[in-house]
Amino acid sequence: MTRRYDATSYVDRRGFLTLGAGALLGVVASWRQSTPQAPDSLPGTGPSGRLWDPARAGRPLDPVTVADNDAAIQAIEKQLHCTCGCNLDVYTCRTTDFTCTVSPALHQHVIGLAEKGMTGQQILDQFVREHGVAILMSPPKRGFNLAGYFAPSLLIVAAGVVLTLVLRRWTRAAVPAPVPDTPSSTGGTPEELERLRGELERLSV
Amino acid sequence: MTLLGTLALWLALLVGVWGALAGFVGGLKDRPDLARSARNAVFAMCGALVVAVAALEWALFQHDFNVEYVAAYTSRNLPIFYTWSALYAGQKGSLLFWATVLSAFGSLALVLTPRRHRELLPYVAGVVSVVAAFFISVMLFGHANPFQRLPYTPLDGSGLNPQLQNPGMVFHPPMLYLGYISITIPFAFAIAALLSKRLDTDWLVAIRKWTLLSWLFLSVGICLGMWWAYVELGWGGYWAWDPVENASLLPWLTMTAFLHSVMIQEKRGMLKKWNLALIIGSWLLSIFGTFITRSGVISSVHSFTQSSVGYFFLAFLIVSGVASFALYANRLPLLEAEARLESMVSREASFLFNNLLFIGIAFSVLWGTLFPILSELVQGVKITYGPATFNFVNIPLGLALLLLTGIGPLIAWRRASVPNLRRQFAVPATAGGFMALVLLVAGMRDFYAVVAMGLGAFVAATIVQEFARGTGARRRQYGEAYPLAFARLIARNRRRYGGYIVHAGIVILFVAFAGMAFKTETEATLRPGESASLRSPYGYTYTFTSLGLSQYDALNRQVTAAAVEVRRDGRKIGLLNPEKRQHVDAFGRPTFQPSTEPGIMSLLREDLYVVMGGVVNGTEQAVFRFTINPLVWWVWYGGMIIALGGLIVMWPGGSPAAKQSQAGYSVRLVGKQP
Repeated sequence: MTRRYDATSYVDRRGFLTLGAGALLGVVASWRQSTPQAPDSLPGTGPSGRLWDPARAGRPLDPVTVADNDAAIQAIEKQLHCTCGCNLDVYTCRTTDFTCTVSPALHQHVIGLAEKGMTGQQILDQFVREHGVAILMSPPKRGFNLAGYFAPSLLIVAAGVVLTLVLRRWTRAAVPAPVPDTPSSTGGTPEELERLRGELERLSV
Repeated sequence: MTLLGTLALWLALLVGVWGALAGFVGGLKDRPDLARSARNAVFAMCGALVVAVAALEWALFQHDFNVEYVAAYTSRNLPIFYTWSALYAGQKGSLLFWATVLSAFGSLALVLTPRRHRELLPYVAGVVSVVAAFFISVMLFGHANPFQRLPYTPLDGSGLNPQLQNPGMVFHPPMLYLGYISITIPFAFAIAALLSKRLDTDWLVAIRKWTLLSWLFLSVGICLGMWWAYVELGWGGYWAWDPVENASLLPWLTMTAFLHSVMIQEKRGMLKKWNLALIIGSWLLSIFGTFITRSGVISSVHSFTQSSVGYFFLAFLIVSGVASFALYANRLPLLEAEARLESMVSREASFLFNNLLFIGIAFSVLWGTLFPILSELVQGVKITYGPATFNFVNIPLGLALLLLTGIGPLIAWRRASVPNLRRQFAVPATAGGFMALVLLVAGMRDFYAVVAMGLGAFVAATIVQEFARGTGARRRQYGEAYPLAFARLIARNRRRYGGYIVHAGIVILFVAFAGMAFKTETEATLRPGESASLRSPYGYTYTFTSLGLSQYDALNRQVTAAAVEVRRDGRKIGLLNPEKRQHVDAFGRPTFQPSTEPGIMSLLREDLYVVMGGVVNGTEQAVFRFTINPLVWWVWYGGMIIALGGLIVMWPGGSPAAKQSQAGYSVRLVGKQP
């Protein structure tokens, strides 16, 4: 800023731009100060903070244990039907529908039986004793259940055999149109050639 | 408006009953005045039902919570998109939607069907009127009136189930409904052909577009349902052999069988009885699907609330099934084939075996769906027929069908010679065998996956071979450039080459299904900054690092979102945001249990699928399930290819010769065998 001889002051272009830039920086700086970033956890900075409203995140869960990821336990649970009405197996239900309280209980029961030294089959048998055979995702292959496994395939095979026999009879009954030993003429009429062309067209070439 | 809606329903019912009477009497007595009246009745019924739909939508958008349906399925803060789709979110609204679309399809069929089929149209109007009137009567007499009022007016509604608040659910149900509903039109023409005794190929020509349309809607609807299940339900799969899923698959299988076998009737005048039975069976299965969904007879995640409407559907299913097949049995003498099969090694024979498998799989799926009930009846013990059992039974059948998908197009019509077979099969069989060998050498040991991919290569090679030969032939015959010859090849015979494109989509689907055999998953509890790793079947190591949780409010929900950084072999490839959502009404009150929204990263080879189960002690320490699903993207891609192929087949036009061949031309050419 320069004071002129008549005591008024004026701002030259450079001063104006400098003042403008300074003001802009000041506004930006004060705005950033007035809207501080919410403190948040950063990777590796220590224990996790509490959520503002944990109830929104659903039912509190326990940390995952080694047994939860045990392939043998999972294999057993995939053969057990969750009884909550979801139509899923225990493993899928407990890792999908986190509102379900049935599948975590069944999971704990599986782990408990496994810790007692039971094999996979013994655990499944124990569940059948406790809940009935409907607890299994697949019915045991015995008795009437065999019809559930094999009836469709057997019926298809039987139908296939019948179809083959019927088709064989049909094909024997059908006498193919006789083909003359020698062509009646070397060429064809324009109509016949047009029809042949149409047929070739129909065969999509 | 609800009074208007109820009045419109009553009007539609009365008009529908009149349309049915006028249609059947007009057709049987050859009374053009009654036939015209039946046609007008279908139009009037459609108009009345559209008014009813408009009245219900008005109530939905006005948040008229005094209407029980509006209060049960919407809330003030429900997004407009879902407020619209609430029309078919519940039992009552979906019945109205069904009846309306059926009457609209019926009207279109009556308007668009060429005049040469006019003798069939009174019966078509009659059948459409009967079916639509049935749906309306279920609404009016089965305690399913969507305009029913409450004795009080809640401040806000219950809102839409969170799982239905997904774009997939806006399009999936109507697509499936359109598929189910549009089967009624071919069924109506089949009944019309039986009643009028016009059982030549004429009625098939009249329904060609409708069968394709319903097949296309069913295909798209099923694929959208799979997509919705995958992105919304959070279990990391897309097909669970749920009874309602199965119910949608059944008519799709029988319609697909029909689309194959109808070609034999059109070209050779054979399988008339079979084709009629397939159409009637498909329609009955569509009603059966509706019965399964609405009766509560079999538990399913898809089912509507249990109600008495199930009994209506069961009665309708039995009565219409008995009536249809009685009529069919009565007309059997008129359904003699015009030609005989000439050889076991012919396309006709391969189509018959293809039909056997389609119907066999449909039976197998139906058998599995109903087996728990059968077991209870026979053994007194209820059992569970889970996905593993369905897979045990159906995977071999599906693979056999895939094999026939490749064999069928390679065999000539009427009779194939040995040199012809050798020429046709050499390249595809080599491709299939080579693929299986490569996979085995690469270490793949899952039997079904190797077979599926080997057969996939076989079928893909047959398709490529067909296109290559056709394009080459056109180029030689007409001197066209390859791209032009390729385009014209498809354009001139859309049915054949569109069909091959559908087959290509099916191959992609089967290969993608096989990919799920290599699904890997793990659970982990992560604090911010902590990581879990998972190795994919392709040998990559994916590292998932939790960056922390955030909570915020959205329009009608309170969201808890995790930020999970994903690295592949140490290189960052993106961020996933699995969520827990607590839906609330306009007053902030929770409406449903918190739901789970998976974070999905779709890659060409595999999908990374992360679900946040919940948090530990209200902290940012969260429980995650990480899943790697190979080839899932290809399921959606295969679905799109199938839809594209279906559209090409349906597209009007094509060469006159191709049209002629589809209209019974070949039958006349071949004639009766001596």
